[in-house]
Formats: sequence, C-alpha cells, structure tokens
Amino acid sequence: MTQLANTPSTTAPDTTTPGATAPVSGRRRRALLATVWPPLAVLVVILGSWTAASALLGDQSFLLPAPHRVITEGLGDPIVLPEIVEALGQTVLVAFIGLAIAVVLGVGWAIVMLQAQWAERSLYPYAVILQCIPILALVPLIGFWFGYGLPARVIVCVLIALFPMVSNTLFGLQSVDRSHHELFRLQRVSRWTTLWKLQLPAALPAMFVGLRTSAGLSVVGAIVGDYFFRRGTPGLGSLMSTYTSRLLAPELYASVLVAALLGVVIFVTFGFLARLVVGRWYGATKS
Amino acid sequence: MTIPAVDPAARTTPGETLVEFRDIGMTYETGTTALEGVDLTVRRGEFVTVVGPSGCGKSTLLRIAAGLESHTDGTCETSTDRVGFVFQDATLLPWRSVRRNVELLAELNGLPAAERAEAAAEAIDLVGLAGFESSLPRQLSGGMRMRTSLARSLTLDPDLFLFDEPFGALDEITRQRLNDELLRLFAERGFGGLFITHSVAEAVYLSTRVIVMSGRPGRIVDVVDVPFDLPRDPEVRYTAEFGELVGRVSHSLKEAHA
Repeated sequence: MTQLANTPSTTAPDTTTPGATAPVSGRRRRALLATVWPPLAVLVVILGSWTAASALLGDQSFLLPAPHRVITEGLGDPIVLPEIVEALGQTVLVAFIGLAIAVVLGVGWAIVMLQAQWAERSLYPYAVILQCIPILALVPLIGFWFGYGLPARVIVCVLIALFPMVSNTLFGLQSVDRSHHELFRLQRVSRWTTLWKLQLPAALPAMFVGLRTSAGLSVVGAIVGDYFFRRGTPGLGSLMSTYTSRLLAPELYASVLVAALLGVVIFVTFGFLARLVVGRWYGATKS
Repeated sequence: MTIPAVDPAARTTPGETLVEFRDIGMTYETGTTALEGVDLTVRRGEFVTVVGPSGCGKSTLLRIAAGLESHTDGTCETSTDRVGFVFQDATLLPWRSVRRNVELLAELNGLPAAERAEAAAEAIDLVGLAGFESSLPRQLSGGMRMRTSLARSLTLDPDLFLFDEPFGALDEITRQRLNDELLRLFAERGFGGLFITHSVAEAVYLSTRVIVMSGRPGRIVDVVDVPFDLPRDPEVRYTAEFGELVGRVSHSLKEAHA
C-alpha cells in the first residue's frame, strides 16, 4: 500500500525541461513503441497457443472455443452483444455506486483514525480484518440480510473495495513531515484547517493509488455480487453464471473479455485522473 | 497587510527586549540534560547567533522560544506575537506555487485575499524571486526554495526572527549570497534575530553577537560581540579582524568540546 509508483511510465511529462520538447517527442515515440511491442508479442503467442489447443481438443472444443469464435459467436452476435452491453451498464452502475461509497467511508474512516492514537489502535484492526474476511463466504449472507437486488450488490462492492481506500488515505495523511506540522502549529490553526490545507492535499497522491486499486476491486465486487444474486437487472456476473450453466463458452469468454477490458479502462482512467490532479507537483505519480 | 518601511536608524540600535531566556534548563524524562542554566536576551536590532557542537541543544533553545518545545527549568518570555520561524528545510507545500506558498501564513491567519496577495508580492520582491511566482517548489533550486521560505516568514513582518540552521544544506556560494541578503533584510527592517548554525564564519558574518555553547548538557561558554557596522560589506569576511573573531569563536568551541 506504500507503493506510490508501481507501474512504469514513459509518458509522464518532464516538466523540469520545458525547452527540450523536440528531441523528447521523438524519444517518447520510440519509448512508447518499446512499451507496446512486448505485450503485443505475448498476446500473439497466447492467441496462437489458444487456437492450437482449441484445434487439438477436436469435438470437445466447446470447452475452449477458438479465439475467433469468441468474436463471431460472442461479441459479434446480434443477440449476445446487446445482452452483454446491457449487463456491462448494470455492472458499471453497481461498481461506481460501490466505489463512491467506499471512497467516502474509507476517507472518513482514515480521518477518524488520524485524530487520536487510540482511535487508530481501536479501528485499524477492523480494517485489516475486513481485508482478510473471505467476502465470497459472506455474499450469500448479505443476500439473506439485504435481499438480492441492487443494495446487496453495492454492499458486496463496498466490502471488497473499502480497505485500499482506508489504508492508503491513512498512510497519506500520516506522511506529512513534522516540520510542516510545526509550520501550521506556529500559526495556532485548528486541526480542521491543518487537515484541509495540509494533510488532505498531502495525502492526495496516496489516495489516488488507493482509488485506482479500489476501483478495480469495485468492478470485481460488482461481478461477484451479481454472480451470486442473479435477480433484477442482470449484470456481467449474472450473465457469466447463465452462460456457464448453459455451456455457452464463446459467450462466456466474450463476457469475461468485456469485464477485463472494463478493469483496464478503469485502471487507465484513474491513473490519468491522478496525473491530472497531482502529477503537476507530485513527481512519482505515474499512470 | 503591508510591510511598513522603518527608519533603519531606529531599528539598528538595540531596542526593546523581544525574547529573554532566564536560567533555562531542559532535562528529558530519560534523565538526559539537553540545556542547563542558559541566560540569553535578544533585543530589537540585535542578531544573535548560537554555535555549538551537534546535540548541544541549540535548536532546542530556539524551539523553546517558538513554543514548539517545553523546558523544565527557568523561564522564557517572548514579548511579541510576531515571531518568524525559518526551518532547517524550506518546508514548502509542494502543491502550491511560490506565490501561494508565500501567502500561506497570512492565509492561515485569516487575512483577506487582497491583503495577503500584496504582502506576498512585496516579500517575493524582497528576496529576489520576482518572476518565479507561479513556479512550483520542485522546479526551484535549494537556494530559491529557501528564499521562498524566507519570504513566507517576511509576510508576518516579524519582530523576532528565529532561524534553525536554515542554510546548512546549501552550497557555499549560495549560502554566502543568502547570508548577504539576510543581512541586508536585517539592516533594513531591524528585527531581532536568533540564528542557529554550525558554521563559525556564518555566525560571525551575520551577527551582532555570537553565543558559543558547550556539548551536552548545553551551556553558554562564551559570548563574542561582533563590532562590524551594519549594513555590512561582504568584503569584511576577508579582513584580519574578521579572521581574529572567527579564530576566537572556533577556539572557544574547541575548548568547550574538549
């Protein structure tokens, strides 16, 4: 959780040398190519082995449909595609409601813990426990308690996505230097002023790290909740569950692919957002 | 808040007492004594520098004056609320531009935006940072960050200015230039200064009085008055008299350390 920069970046703007744009852009293009090629090569290898394995399975190939069938019978199918798109919308809705609640609760929880050592000592263990609980085991219980609709799904989301928000925010709030605190203390300002003008801005980079992790987990939460509850508007989870029970492999793979893409889009979006908000002053923030 | 212009003559002759330490002692719960029997007075128009070995409690003395640390014996009285404190590092907020960093203290003290903008502009001018108002701290050199920090304190128009080894991390040239500018500010504004440093030459060059402290427990072992006029010619550093004073302070330091 203390890793503020866990992904390499080649596109972070070098604000310290504004004059040297022309040679940099060429170097940047080459660097971008260098980051695009290796994963692309891996993708080709995977798709190749996948196709080969599918061909080897012969008449059992329904277990592992060839990649092109995922497109033709899954994403390209005029009946399946709208199904998946609608489910995607539902999943995104649940994930974002869950994420919003997790952010508010997580930041609030961290701020409460920041106020006193005893508060941190009494509350932090529960954040850790929350992280360790096998949420999957709790999901049916949540269904019993809160029904099988949207609220229950959102709760699953929040439970899964909360911890990174709590821990990263707390880490960020506590990362303020002693001398900065003393600078504020000398002006005899209230702790809320210190929180608002010093600790929260200082915590923003860490909060964005938490936000990005939580956003990814929130999508997982939305799919997991949906997978179990399967009532109301179906999300990607319900869809996967249905496809699995009917042995519709291409459709299943297509929905898994869409869920993975959603995760990537969210990861990139929040990375971009972090750079937009704190990248200007926080050197190590990368997307 | 505008920084009022002050008649230099009125401010360079020692005036009212700004901070007075009487028999200050500091013993920690562990039994370690950091300071013992320190008597020290800083008046307006005086620039007092404290030199001493590491861990002699000289920073503690400064922090007691600022109210950042407590003491176990004696009394410390400051007769003004306008106290500037310059930290060892620049302590700038990295998300704020130079202008917004300089405005910070006025902002925390609830000054209206127009007044603090005016005070900040004036302070930025005074430390020679005009043109860098929109820069972020990470775009500045160490010396420029320290100037920003100085400007931030200047917006308070402090009567008493406390410096906790502010130039220790800077290279020698930058340090000398900042010493010159600090002296110029002191001569112009005539605050009372209490400055902590490791550097004997810096101490003699900046001060009207140098206090030499012993190692732990920190006690005052020598007080050296510096007779050079204000404003001070940077060339004074190369005179025989300057060398003699540096020699005397170094000698006291060495004896206290032995």
